[in-house]
Amino acid sequence: MSFWVRREPERGSLEPSSGIGHWQGPVSRGPALRRGLYTFLLPLASLFGLVIMAYIMRRHMPDWQPVALPWQVWLSTLLLLASSLAFEQARKAARLAHLPALRRAVLAAGALALAFLGSQIWAWADLQQQGGYLEANPSYSFFYLMTGLHALHLLGGLVAWSRLRMASRLGADRAALQLSIQLCAIYWHFLLTVWLVLLGVLVIMA
Amino acid sequence: MAYSASADSHAHHEPQSFVRKYIWSQDHKVIAIQYAVTAIGVGLVALVLSGLMRIQLGFPDSGLIDAEAYYQFMTMHGMIMVVYLLTALFLGGFGNYLIPLMVGARDMVFPYLNMLSYWFYLLSVLVLMASFFVPDGPTGAGWTLYPPQAITGGTPGADWGILTMLVSLAIFIVAATMGGLNYVVTVLQARAPGMTLMRMPLTVWGIFVAAIMALLAFPALFVAAVMMILDSTLGTSFFMPAIIAMGQQMDHEGGSPLLFQHLFWFFGHPEVYIVALPAFGLVSDLISTHARKNIFGYHMMVWAIVIIGFLSFFVWAHHMYVSGMNLSFGYFFAISTLIIAVPTAIKVYNWVLTLWKGDIHFTVPMLFAIGFIVTFIVGGLTGLFLGNVVVDIPLADTYFVVAHFHMVMGVAPILVVFGAIYHWYPKVTGRMMDERLGHIHFWITFLGTYAIYFPMHYLGVLGMPRRYYDYDYDFIPQSAHDLNTFITVVALAVGVAQVLFLWNMAWSAVRGRSSGGNPWNATSLEWQTPETPPGHGNWGPELPEVHRWAYDYNVPGAPQDFIPQTEPRPTSAPGHGHREDAT
Repeated sequence: MSFWVRREPERGSLEPSSGIGHWQGPVSRGPALRRGLYTFLLPLASLFGLVIMAYIMRRHMPDWQPVALPWQVWLSTLLLLASSLAFEQARKAARLAHLPALRRAVLAAGALALAFLGSQIWAWADLQQQGGYLEANPSYSFFYLMTGLHALHLLGGLVAWSRLRMASRLGADRAALQLSIQLCAIYWHFLLTVWLVLLGVLVIMA
Repeated sequence: MAYSASADSHAHHEPQSFVRKYIWSQDHKVIAIQYAVTAIGVGLVALVLSGLMRIQLGFPDSGLIDAEAYYQFMTMHGMIMVVYLLTALFLGGFGNYLIPLMVGARDMVFPYLNMLSYWFYLLSVLVLMASFFVPDGPTGAGWTLYPPQAITGGTPGADWGILTMLVSLAIFIVAATMGGLNYVVTVLQARAPGMTLMRMPLTVWGIFVAAIMALLAFPALFVAAVMMILDSTLGTSFFMPAIIAMGQQMDHEGGSPLLFQHLFWFFGHPEVYIVALPAFGLVSDLISTHARKNIFGYHMMVWAIVIIGFLSFFVWAHHMYVSGMNLSFGYFFAISTLIIAVPTAIKVYNWVLTLWKGDIHFTVPMLFAIGFIVTFIVGGLTGLFLGNVVVDIPLADTYFVVAHFHMVMGVAPILVVFGAIYHWYPKVTGRMMDERLGHIHFWITFLGTYAIYFPMHYLGVLGMPRRYYDYDYDFIPQSAHDLNTFITVVALAVGVAQVLFLWNMAWSAVRGRSSGGNPWNATSLEWQTPETPPGHGNWGPELPEVHRWAYDYNVPGAPQDFIPQTEPRPTSAPGHGHREDAT
């Protein structure tokens, strides 16, 4: 790489930038959406990462009392894991063009995600009953903040899922279905990863 | 490079109805204008607020505004200028207009999301303006919104004012995220054939890196806003320490105000560069075009932008030397702050070296560009003072800081905004702005801002604290009061002079001289559109094909002093299509 513009007496200044590289072709929906989704994961990763950083900084203060994690979070973990796996199932079915299996898998993925949310609400209710209110202690505030932000993002994912479900029932074009399933799957795996990291932080650094 | 530009099958159908075309538009050019008009409009509100504050400081006996209003105006002025004017104008305005045109795309890759981005931005502005009308008015916590005082009684707008501010910021962040996604993916995905990343104009590089930074930095403000909303409405203690306010123990315990400062400045410092990097990019193109010379050290310029963007995430705590943070922590940040001066200085040198022996045309955009370089150097040098812990401690919270950040991130980017508007206005409207009015506007603004901010350095060194409503104290000498009056008079004059600019924009849109497609004889793609202003889909039936970088000015042997990027290379040239800088 040259920082400087090279000058040659007979040709003047030469462009330091190269024109090699393959043209990606006119904008096509699939790659653009995939890249858009991956780009969207950047601010989300930043968001959850910063909440965790704040958690780590805050927990060193003397008033900190560790949260007694309700047992339901483990149930939630299983449900979200199953939901992610169901999306993988759907992806496989889409590749094999097996429409009934695809519909079943998509339905299962959504139902499991809803069950996850239900389990989270159960966990919150249980915690509240034991006196673990939002403002009881900063550790509880962080617990609700983390799980709440995560649940809201899953809720947003379920909007995309409901459109996918509609499309799969109407029997939309296969390539489009495959793309939406892939996008949902990526997002779900990301949220699963976030959940596992959050849970890890809550368990290890209670 | 075997490809066919005619493979562009991306059919664009122009919407017919007025509403679809101009209001609910998904066309990046219309959205850019919507963004720009809204940003300039809300910026004028902030300008008026600063005028009112200056009247109070220059003529304390006037009694025009009371102390509460002073703090509220100060807060709103700062937040509007930094976030709702500069960020929105550079990314939403210039980014939207220029990215697709400069990389040779028909539109942003997600036009619907782009439209939503603008409407969310408008909503955030409306919510912010609504805070003038809520009980007790807008928040007066200072633009940094530090808790505990931001949400503690006694601070103006501690209930509704701060809430509307935080909600408005959260909405703005959603808008900025939608916009940022579009800018990033458009640059990565929608470039015209031959437009490699290293052939993009520096404007696109600046906005591209700033958009990535915005995606990473704004979540910090979002988290801080959410946590503060919870603190103020639901009684959590993220930031609120155990505190006795107005003689009463508040319900909070042991929260950490410092935590907020870390989160805020983790957003706040990159934010400075989210504003500065697009300005760097735009000004590079202005200088190269109007000096008729290729930009000096293009690769270096690109890497400097990337490195500044990266480093800016590791300097945030230099805003917090006096916050009670561990001081040895401060030295780390002093060092990283001084390191970031290196790529920044490289950029300044390269601008100056681009001017060196150039065929400089003193057009209005060029005047503003040169004004920017000078102002940025002045503001940057005072940054070296404040970046050092030991020097910062006596200068912190004085007018020296006010002078520094107004020079470097107020005046400097605004000069670029003006220069860029004078430069690209002909592409947007097809008409030139009036040159003579432009000159008058430039000289009043440029000299005026120096008359305003130079004395503030002196006031700061004198020890005049910032954020004071009046200075009726023994340690403030009469000379400082006189200077304050002087600054106020100049500030009001410069503020009123901006009417010239607004008038020029409005008048030229109707009566301006017709500009043709490429009035500045520029090389980059946006000047090569088949129509001016560019039609829907920008490029007519076929996408442009790019054969060279954006800076082929005064190439020896060429018939004109510029060669557009679309001009094919002479086939006789050796090494066609290969890297030619294999040295």
